[in-house]
Amino acid sequence: MPRRALALTGLAAWIGLLAATPWVADNYTVRVAITIAMFSAMALSWNLIGGFTGYPSFSTAAFFGIGCYVGALAQRNGVPLVLAWTLATFGVALFAAALGTIILRLKGHYFAIGSIAVVEVVRLIVSSWGSVTGGGDGLNVPLLQGSPDWVAAKVLYVMLAIMLAAFAATVLVDRGRLGFGLRCINQNEDAADMVGVDTTRFKIAAYALSALFCGTVGAVYASWVGYIDPTDSFSILLTVKVPVMALLGGAGTVFGPVVGAGVFVLLEEFFWANFLEWNRAILGGIIVFLIFFLPGGILRLDYRRLLRRALELREAKQKSPEAAE
Amino acid sequence: MDILQIFVNGIVLGALYACIAVGFSLVWGVLNVINMLHGSFIILGGYLTFFAWFYLGLNPILVLPAVALLLYILGFALQYLFINKVVTAPVLTTLTLTFGLDMILYNLMTVYFTATPRRVTLDLGSIDLAGIVMPVDRLLGMGLALLLTGVLYLVMRGSTIGRAIVAVRMDRQAAALMGIRVNRIYAITFGIGALMAGAAGAVFAMVFPVTTNLTGVFLGKAFVICVIGGLGSVPGALVGGLALGVIESFAGFYLGPQHAITVGFLLMLILLVVRPTGLVGVKGYE
Repeated sequence: MPRRALALTGLAAWIGLLAATPWVADNYTVRVAITIAMFSAMALSWNLIGGFTGYPSFSTAAFFGIGCYVGALAQRNGVPLVLAWTLATFGVALFAAALGTIILRLKGHYFAIGSIAVVEVVRLIVSSWGSVTGGGDGLNVPLLQGSPDWVAAKVLYVMLAIMLAAFAATVLVDRGRLGFGLRCINQNEDAADMVGVDTTRFKIAAYALSALFCGTVGAVYASWVGYIDPTDSFSILLTVKVPVMALLGGAGTVFGPVVGAGVFVLLEEFFWANFLEWNRAILGGIIVFLIFFLPGGILRLDYRRLLRRALELREAKQKSPEAAE
Repeated sequence: MDILQIFVNGIVLGALYACIAVGFSLVWGVLNVINMLHGSFIILGGYLTFFAWFYLGLNPILVLPAVALLLYILGFALQYLFINKVVTAPVLTTLTLTFGLDMILYNLMTVYFTATPRRVTLDLGSIDLAGIVMPVDRLLGMGLALLLTGVLYLVMRGSTIGRAIVAVRMDRQAAALMGIRVNRIYAITFGIGALMAGAAGAVFAMVFPVTTNLTGVFLGKAFVICVIGGLGSVPGALVGGLALGVIESFAGFYLGPQHAITVGFLLMLILLVVRPTGLVGVKGYE
């Protein structure tokens, strides 16, 4: 298993690099590291339902947003920080399990729309329920104690821990019965059902798991930024970004979401810094490029073939090796 | 307010909604693609009409066919160049691709057109019929929307292209064997979807202010209407549109305008689970 060992070493190095940022780099870099850890956790989570099972789930923003609000509201009512985060985690997982029993009966496009509609409905409910959620004005979340640098480092380590937990969950699912069942569902749900895979239970488990960490991430995010509102917490962009990250790395693989989230956030930061006005168009461009040129994601690229072609091209002296990709 | 007045308001709005959704429904039903660009097509149609009216002083009703034609060309090109390549891929791929294309179009519109709400003001006054007051521009909008929807229905039923589209919808392979160029029909269908969206946008801009921030709202409405009415059929979109218009009108009056949209979405979720084929839909689309 040298390839797997190599990949694990790479992951460890990557996490080490992210974890080192508070000691060696400026605040901006730490913020980017937090964003990477946060989106890695969410992309890994989404991968459990979207990658393993192939269900086009677009409800990530609902889970994230509910996590934000549960965490924030609990803290505002005097619940200690860590307990509030835990509450958000399991609250969201329960919500997803309950929701899953209803919308996982849908397939294909209908499931996709159902999961988008969930985001909209939750957002609208949160916006209209002003007496509890503050409505469109949003909520202030109790600030984390300590100096800004210390808070950033703390948030980073918590996010990295969530990312690691999501990764561990992915590995366990991947190797266990659940992962096998989910892949069967992806291949052919009816056949899986016939040979004795309890498809309903498997799907609900995957859906709840895919929500679990998003809830934690949401609650920690709320504590980090100190202010949440419905538009920000239930953003349709977030809903699309997360699956795109998983697809970019390679949906259905264990390492793909981590690679995808890292590449995506770095690309986005680069473009955000240089072409602020065109942020959305560039994201769209990345998506179009992804669908046409990287349909299996970065990890599924056949690098040996690419290298061979690059060498051939160099021999032909027509193009440089970089342009071949 | 009178219940009858609320109902009539709902019907007028519903006719506009039907016109918004019918192209979306057609694309979904025939291509099995959820067109996330639909909302932006509507806004583009609305903006182009506004610009032609505001800067060139043209009559918006006469501009409408030109705008629709432009949108048709845009839709045809997008389908031909991009979406046709992945049209048989899983939902996630097609949906993500159209969303990516939409982000580009949306971004272009916000940069070049800005998000200022714009509206064609026709100043036609309003009429009072047995206590029911209705601005004339809304009635005109309703008439145009119904006319457009009706024309699409006749085209689908009567013309060679319409029959070919229906044939492809029923069985893509058999249609190909009968000599129909499926990819071309797909591009035409997507073009017609964009055309209807552009025309609906033009009509909308004569009645309500439009802004780029509304793309998501229109897309959401198209979703709801398709689920309520059922996919791929013109009557389905009409029933769904009218139903949503009336529901929103009543929900807006009794619960407050901010809840009108929530009620529509909730209704859609319930219908999705209880009866995914819609009120008058055909079985077999996923």
